[in-house]
Amino acid sequence: MRRRIGIDVGGTNTDAVLLEEDVVAAAVKTPTTVDVTTGITRALDELVERAPGARVAQAVMIGTTHFTNAVVQRRDLGRVAAVRIGLPSGASLPPFVDWPEDLAELVRAEVVMLEGGHEFDGRPLVPFDTRGMRAAARRIRDAGIRSVAVAAVFSPLNASGEEEAAAILQEECPDVAVTLSHRLGRIGLLERENAALLNACLIELARTTTRAFTHALRASGIAAPLYLTQNDGTVMLAEVAETYPVYSFASGPTNSMRGAAFLSKRDEALVIDVGGTTTDIGSLRHGFPREANNVVEIGGVRTLFRMPDLLSLGLGGGTLVKPAPSLTIGPASVGYRLTEQALVFGGDVLTVTDVAVAAGLIDLGDRARVASLPASLVMEALARIRAMIEEGVDRMKTDAGEAPLIAVGGGSFLVPPRLAGVSEVLNVPHQAVANAVGAAIAQVSGEVDQIFQDLSRDEAIARARRAAEDKAVAAGADRATINVVEVEDLPLAYLPGNSLRTRVRVVGEIARQP
Amino acid sequence: MRPVAAEEIESLAIGAWILGTGGGGSPYLALLNMRQLYRKGVVCQLMEASELADDDLVAVVSNMGAPLVGQERLTDPKTMALAVTMMEEYLGRKFRAVMSLEIGGGNSIQPFMAAAMLDLPVIDGDCMGRAFPEAQMTSFAIHDLRMYPLTLADVRDNAVVVARAASWKWMERISRKACVEVGSIASTCKAPRTGKEIKECAILGSTTKAIGIGRAVQAARRTHRDPIEAVLEVAAGVKIFSGKIHDIARRTTEGFLRGTASIEGLDGFRGHTFSLAFQNEFAVGWLDGEPRVMTPDLICVLDTVSGDAIGTETLRYGQRVTVIALPAPPILLTPKGIEHVGPRAFGYDLDFRSVFP
Repeated sequence: MRRRIGIDVGGTNTDAVLLEEDVVAAAVKTPTTVDVTTGITRALDELVERAPGARVAQAVMIGTTHFTNAVVQRRDLGRVAAVRIGLPSGASLPPFVDWPEDLAELVRAEVVMLEGGHEFDGRPLVPFDTRGMRAAARRIRDAGIRSVAVAAVFSPLNASGEEEAAAILQEECPDVAVTLSHRLGRIGLLERENAALLNACLIELARTTTRAFTHALRASGIAAPLYLTQNDGTVMLAEVAETYPVYSFASGPTNSMRGAAFLSKRDEALVIDVGGTTTDIGSLRHGFPREANNVVEIGGVRTLFRMPDLLSLGLGGGTLVKPAPSLTIGPASVGYRLTEQALVFGGDVLTVTDVAVAAGLIDLGDRARVASLPASLVMEALARIRAMIEEGVDRMKTDAGEAPLIAVGGGSFLVPPRLAGVSEVLNVPHQAVANAVGAAIAQVSGEVDQIFQDLSRDEAIARARRAAEDKAVAAGADRATINVVEVEDLPLAYLPGNSLRTRVRVVGEIARQP
Repeated sequence: MRPVAAEEIESLAIGAWILGTGGGGSPYLALLNMRQLYRKGVVCQLMEASELADDDLVAVVSNMGAPLVGQERLTDPKTMALAVTMMEEYLGRKFRAVMSLEIGGGNSIQPFMAAAMLDLPVIDGDCMGRAFPEAQMTSFAIHDLRMYPLTLADVRDNAVVVARAASWKWMERISRKACVEVGSIASTCKAPRTGKEIKECAILGSTTKAIGIGRAVQAARRTHRDPIEAVLEVAAGVKIFSGKIHDIARRTTEGFLRGTASIEGLDGFRGHTFSLAFQNEFAVGWLDGEPRVMTPDLICVLDTVSGDAIGTETLRYGQRVTVIALPAPPILLTPKGIEHVGPRAFGYDLDFRSVFP
């Protein structure tokens, strides 16, 4: 039998599920712990206790916000040498140029700018300064820097400069971890370089964290390989993921949307994920979240990561309700202190959960404690919540027709069964652990974003597709199961010879281990 | 002449991106350059055209090339300055000031980059009052000023002087060829202008206008007011449509990004459809199939929530946008101006009708 374990490590809860074939065989929710791994071990132990089959699962997928939080909270970050290859171009805008100063000071150990790089058509800009690179590698070694990020001009089109730099670093300082920008990003030098720099400063943390995850797994008696989920709803083997921690940024919302698609068996729908503090609304296309196309900031650093296009509302189970002077809902929330502070749990704060209990939407805590809430207040608060959800849903819709809405998350009881502009509201079993389910079903992807010249549109796409498939297989996909999930082409103004920027993304099932 | 504060450059970047009417390229990288320069103590001076003597010479500068290449080969003040000093060498005369070719997009900040390196003031003005895709779409061309010489500099010590050109079209063809050869990105100094020509033929005050628009957006954001209303107020604009992009088609022909975007109405515009045609910049907009707004009126597409401008390259499915129109500079509305930059100049068989009375 095909068995997979999905784990979602959130800010409040660590959820784990066991998937047997396409059935959720067991699900657990435990509090997240400060050291993260204790929470995972507890969740796994509980899962194994409920479903002993978990011990023989073939794969374990973990989704975590650990690395995002490290950047946002400026903790556990390593010092990094930045190597930019592209002089004489770009001299005035060195690496770290648009970082928040506090973060740059924490991370920046050395900045090296060298001649090299390429043109948009793959011609060299100027020859690569390999002597300069060797001298820099020695300086990096002598300074005891352990992580290097390398970014070359137009490396997504021609990676030879970055590869050569990596080879020289390997010779001069073999213990240093090297992040090459073309493995991480698209066209856009600063944003791609930023992604490489973030990756480089997280790489030690990623190594220790993924190894601790693996350790937790083995301690629970599970021998399956470990995968980490990425922000596009796919996974990487932990050994690979530990060298690309930035790919896990924002994997939480992606997992919950993917889980929603799986649990509801819908590929085209809107998803609403109601948590304790916020509600995220997103849109599924072909079973994957629609991606945001714009620049995404992580801890104040501009990047071009693949992130789901989400609308976040300040509405969740712990959201405060203020009856006077006029009724207001949120955006403040009691968050994880819901079970102490909400009225139904013996506290003295009126929350959205209390309103829901009073209205009979859900049975939680002590219902008698909200019996005295005026019916008019309850009605008005519910009407307001409905209006917030309806407006949010409408904003995320891409056409005027009615669309199905899948409700997931611990606070999904707040989503009314009928909404304007929604054909049906889908409530599914295990909706509260949709994110762990999303992790369990994750596939492997490959992506190419490249400029093609003097090719027909079909030829360019075919070529990009083959390259994307090769990347997916290298990341652990079974070639026979690969599907194209996204094709985008953009003709380029001002470039000669019919230039076409083509982006193709493919996904496939995880290949069975040999 | 007055000093320009660092915050004003920030405002300029926001305002100029709006005046770019979808084109002109994002000012972000040019803004980063200015932040670096100001951090080193540079302070640029903004000069009124009236302060120029009639025989002073002004350098009109712009970056030329593909915006996408500009995202890899990052713009550099030294190259921009090189185009200007090359022109001085060619002419055997010094410039009194620099000015932007187009106030829309990243080229609004290029003269400040050159000015910082060369210690020259920047003229408050440009020759488009917005952004346009072609060389003859300037107030100087409308006034039949000479289009040569032009200098073009590349970061690798390649440089070209186009000494003469038979027409604006020829100037565009020759300089474009050189630009493509050096990697589709280059700094250019256009035909030098005298103080008299600037005073009579440039679009004056557009730098101050762009700064004002940007400042209004920033103030609205700080006080949680609607930034789009703030733009309409400060720039005497008209709200045209508001909705969600539901289709977008692009193609490149003759080196331009052409295409159409279709927007489905939201809020007060529910049930209506708006379609927008662009050639690098937005050219014509139709409401339910009827022409509603057209060039040279400025057609700006803004993010409905943030008020940030959205470029024709970054438009995408599902974005929530508001279309506004801003008044065009009067020179563009003359019969000759309409000939150069009206709807027929973009291939639309429409008689120009402004949305402004």
